[in-house]
Amino acid sequence: MSLSSDRHSMTRRLVLQGAGAVALFGLGNIPFAPALAAANDKYPEDAFKQKSDADAIKALYGKTAEASDKVKLDAPEIAENGAVVPIAVTTTLTEVSSISFLVSENPNALAASYVIPAGTVPAVANRLKMAKTCNVIAIVESGGKLYSATKEVKVTVGGCGG
Amino acid sequence: MASTIRVRATNNGDTTEVQALIQHPMDSGFIKDAQGQIIPAHFIQQLSFEYNGKSVFLANWGAAVSKDPYVKFAFKGGAKGDELKISWVDNKGATDSTTAKIQ
Repeated sequence: MSLSSDRHSMTRRLVLQGAGAVALFGLGNIPFAPALAAANDKYPEDAFKQKSDADAIKALYGKTAEASDKVKLDAPEIAENGAVVPIAVTTTLTEVSSISFLVSENPNALAASYVIPAGTVPAVANRLKMAKTCNVIAIVESGGKLYSATKEVKVTVGGCGG
Repeated sequence: MASTIRVRATNNGDTTEVQALIQHPMDSGFIKDAQGQIIPAHFIQQLSFEYNGKSVFLANWGAAVSKDPYVKFAFKGGAKGDELKISWVDNKGATDSTTAKIQ
């Protein structure tokens, strides 16, 4: 008896969760429907919640990256202000579908992930916050494989309000 | 209210280079204010660029992107005078969008 009632409540919870997810997804996408339908991509919430860089890469892509000299990560040796660290990546790889940035010692390692549709040049420049001196990792997804470049950036004043 | 998005898109022959600067606090949710209260997380999650009805770039951002974020990329194609549509949505559901003429 108790088993069946448990099962019943489980099903009910699943149904409710599903309904919630649909509602959220729908709301979040209304203003962006055309753009997101084209890119066919939703926000990778889970990957952004992961603490370590390895977990974030796994949550985002479901595979591991290999280091490659074809990924060029342009970051300063020393960042005086951890709140604004200019970081750019370029690559000579072709068929690039996404580029991601991770900061290994931040509370959540994944900082930004860019979807690169065909016809867009595989190069991105942006500015990230860094909590302290650590590795910055750039991941390039090319032809279904992951390639990475890593560089240590020394941070004089952390970007976490210390 | 003036748009929070400032974009410069320049066409130089084959490619169009796009630079965007957005006004947004990008609060990470880890910082405390002067009273010791945690400032709740408030950051842009997605920023999309659309040209000719087609997505040319989509940024998924976490809280580690700097305040007043800046991003630069380039795409093949585009012509002077054409319009580029830019829009963002943050974790509180706020959005803004604008169009920019390619120069």
